[in-house]
Amino acid sequence: MSRYVSFRDFDWLLLVFVLMICGLGVMEIHSATMHTKFAGSHLRQIYWVLGGVGAMFLISAVNYQVLLERIHWFYIAAVASLVAVLLFGQKFLGAKRWIKMPGGNHFQPSEWVKLILILAIAKFFADLRHRELSWPDFMKAGAIVAIPMLLVMKQPDLGTALTYVPIAVMGVFLGGLQWKQGLAVAVLAGVAAGAVFFIPQVHILKSFQKQRLTSFQHPEDDPQGSGYQVEQSKIAVGSGGLWGGKGSQTHGAFLPVPQTDFIFAAFAEEHGFVGALGVLLLYFIVLMRLTQNAQTAPDRAGTFVVMGVVAVLSFHILVNVGMVVGFMPVTGIPLPLMSYGGSSVLFMFLALGMVMNVRMRRFVN
Amino acid sequence: MFSRDDKVSPIRLTAAQYMILAIFLVLAYGLWKLQVMESGYYASAAEKNRIRNVPILAPRGKILDREGRIIVDNYPSFSALLLRDSSRDLNADADLIAQGLHLDPNEVRTRIRHFAAIPQYQPIFLKEDITPDELAFIDAHRNELPELDTIVAHRRLYPRNGFMAHLIGYVGEVTEDMLNQPQFELYSPGDVVGVSGVERQYNNVLMGTNGARRALVNSHGREVGLLGETDAIPGKQLKLTVDVDLQIAAEEALEGKNGAIVAMDPRTGEILAMASGPSFDPNDFAVHVSRDQWNKLVTDPDKPLLNKAIQAQLAPGSTFKIIMAVAGWQEGIAQTLHVNCIGSAEFYGRRFGCWEKGGHGEVDLDRAIYQSCDVFFYTLAEKLGIDRIAKYATDLGLGQKTGIDLPNEVAGVMPSEEWKIRNFKQKWFAGETISVGIGQGAVAITPVQLLRAISAISMGGRMVVPHVINPTDMPPGYVETQQYAEVKNVKIDPTGWNAITDAMGKVLLPGGTAPSAHVPGIDIAGKTGSAQIVSLATRAKFKNSEDLAQNGWFVGFTPRRNPDIVVCVLFQGGEHGKLAARLATQVIEAYVDKQRRTPTKMVEKPKSGGTVDIGGLWTDPDSDGGREKLHGGRFVLDLPKKPLAVAIAAPGMHQ
Repeated sequence: MSRYVSFRDFDWLLLVFVLMICGLGVMEIHSATMHTKFAGSHLRQIYWVLGGVGAMFLISAVNYQVLLERIHWFYIAAVASLVAVLLFGQKFLGAKRWIKMPGGNHFQPSEWVKLILILAIAKFFADLRHRELSWPDFMKAGAIVAIPMLLVMKQPDLGTALTYVPIAVMGVFLGGLQWKQGLAVAVLAGVAAGAVFFIPQVHILKSFQKQRLTSFQHPEDDPQGSGYQVEQSKIAVGSGGLWGGKGSQTHGAFLPVPQTDFIFAAFAEEHGFVGALGVLLLYFIVLMRLTQNAQTAPDRAGTFVVMGVVAVLSFHILVNVGMVVGFMPVTGIPLPLMSYGGSSVLFMFLALGMVMNVRMRRFVN
Repeated sequence: MFSRDDKVSPIRLTAAQYMILAIFLVLAYGLWKLQVMESGYYASAAEKNRIRNVPILAPRGKILDREGRIIVDNYPSFSALLLRDSSRDLNADADLIAQGLHLDPNEVRTRIRHFAAIPQYQPIFLKEDITPDELAFIDAHRNELPELDTIVAHRRLYPRNGFMAHLIGYVGEVTEDMLNQPQFELYSPGDVVGVSGVERQYNNVLMGTNGARRALVNSHGREVGLLGETDAIPGKQLKLTVDVDLQIAAEEALEGKNGAIVAMDPRTGEILAMASGPSFDPNDFAVHVSRDQWNKLVTDPDKPLLNKAIQAQLAPGSTFKIIMAVAGWQEGIAQTLHVNCIGSAEFYGRRFGCWEKGGHGEVDLDRAIYQSCDVFFYTLAEKLGIDRIAKYATDLGLGQKTGIDLPNEVAGVMPSEEWKIRNFKQKWFAGETISVGIGQGAVAITPVQLLRAISAISMGGRMVVPHVINPTDMPPGYVETQQYAEVKNVKIDPTGWNAITDAMGKVLLPGGTAPSAHVPGIDIAGKTGSAQIVSLATRAKFKNSEDLAQNGWFVGFTPRRNPDIVVCVLFQGGEHGKLAARLATQVIEAYVDKQRRTPTKMVEKPKSGGTVDIGGLWTDPDSDGGREKLHGGRFVLDLPKKPLAVAIAAPGMHQ
């Protein structure tokens, strides 16, 4: 399989758009944290982005097919790391999500598990021999995602657990989902959701999670909790108007964590509808470019890898921006490439590294 | 069936692209709805959306004396606040604000800049303890300057005239430097913390936790709703071991002088009084101390800010002879030593004079102590050598911090051969030992060190750690004071202890060095000292100028056996130890008087005033005392509700 591979085939255009988004993110982090105790976060974000770009080049140099051959080992390691978090993890703000690493850094395994899942699903569907998805394969694909998902939900980190779902959905959809299966899943999901929210004997979600998931519809009922956050976010976005304002919501500390989960609200407040739409457009260009790369992938597995990244990225944007404009509940999902945070930035660049990896080998077969 | 490299269905890929497009259209619609269609509504919501966080200040705990009498209290006052959540241009208003509050406009601007980093809903303090006319200014300008507000603060009220100022210390706004130190990291800018003395040492006990009132305000700075309120937790009160009556006696004795007086219970180490002169008025510091006032305090040659009881390091002079006596006795030299004093003696080729030019004649340990014969102790020092002297002095705590619970205690110096090599890279000269024998030379100690050493000798070797609070009185969980219950035992032979303390008992009797300080009926054992600051020859050159006068010392205790009070006096420029002794006896007299006034036996003690009846016998006034003129009878006496003639609080504390 080893053929001539060159960085000339690297998707430089994609990288330019990605770095533009990162740049706007750094700018907004700087503005939102200027007079707070988080001042200086934008510099750290720049270091993360630079580190991420380096990691992206590194991972694009390793042939993804080699990684796919060994994916079962990675998968086992991923599940093991999640079990380790539950056993030895650091408790922070009521949830065990981090493992303390030597050197004082904290490592959040649920992020890199996402990457493993994209590869695992790609490998699984690339190996299937039928044009139409059979019920047993459908179940198996579900199980691959469900095991780590349940472990992450146990932490409890509902938001990250939910980001695993689009990987499975995209895989199953491209892998030949039949309409009967789709209907069955939809009905099942509806019944399950109903059970979780309306039958008190079902204890899958913690009460604060249920509250977060429902309160966004009636923010006035809970002016200090997560409903309050959504309300403040809507005020921030709305008061930005067409061209943006001075950002009293962001700088008056009304907007919660304006440098991480609510960074899009902070941006929309300061740069208005024009600015916010511009950012959405940048994301859209990136996603379209990614799907184009998926179409030109050298093999089935490559397409699945790239589309897995597309699924995760779109889901993040949907949930995060949806939360900011009040369409979605508060789940603690950051906006990829813009939100402050090392794990999230690193994940995105590793995922893009996988995409580059696939693209650079599009002519080898 | 298809092969491994077959492509994924292009229709489904295109479908995925349309899905993404749909998602983005929905999100763009969301933005359109909020930012274009409803932007007016949200813009006004943002205007309305202002939370104001006004602190509710917690009062600091009171400071009480050992009997619960108030030493430091609080009084209510108004502070001017600057609210920064309104849309006003604060820098433009600064001139008017400064004028009304009698501040410098640049100072106001600096302060606004200084606090720019903390959230806007947090107001900043502009001026504390504002005057009635400044309060009236704020009230009159509610509409022109809505950003000005007032808040009730509890200000520290310290005793008058610098009474006990060094021990108590004072409070001040936490400084940038302090915030960088780990022990202050929980404080925020604007907090008032103890800066010196007990206020600093026990800041954690005394300082309360501020509460806060969170209110919604509209864009005009008017409160439109209350979000919540957390109450302030007042600081805990602190009971000192100091007795205000003794403190008054000590302050009166030291009035107008330069020096220190410390009194301690030798059984426990409880400080009963601690005065340092000259003093300063901490009430001046509690508001804003002006630069001139501060410079005057700092540059004053008498160093009024220094707590001389723990921070003056001086030669102990003849008081050191008691330590010499203990060392000499323990080494088996002093009990048999007899010296013929002819007014001077020669050691190592140099002549050392005795303060008694005519000489003391034949002198033993007893007389050497009560007449303070220098030649005897020169001889003893020569026989002991510096290292043995240093060993006993160090055992008795000289040249080290006593560990008293007050900040910035200094260690002083107890020289030894090793000390000289380490600090000066020079060999010890045997001649230096002779000067050390009478407490001169390189020896430098603090009054509280001397107090502790003599206290240990008076107790037969039982050495305590001086402290100003009672560890068992502290709030639960406050364990940093356990060390004050610790006792160290220094070995002192009981016969030697008897001999030395008996000799000290003769110091205040006729024939001793300070008979003028004798108080009939009080058995005081002590030792005077007068220490040269510069050599006598230098002093003659400067024509006995006042600045170069000698320091007078006295340290003594009562009763001679089983003492319950030990007092140390440093009288800088006091010339002779007998003047220092006079100051010490004033404190001891006050103590003994108080002891005697406190009834120890009473058949039936009325709880609070009331009447008692007593029996009595008397004769007619004009009689010759004959038996037939004798009368007997019963009286009913009205007792006052409160016992008279003891202080009920520190001076300046109303109540």
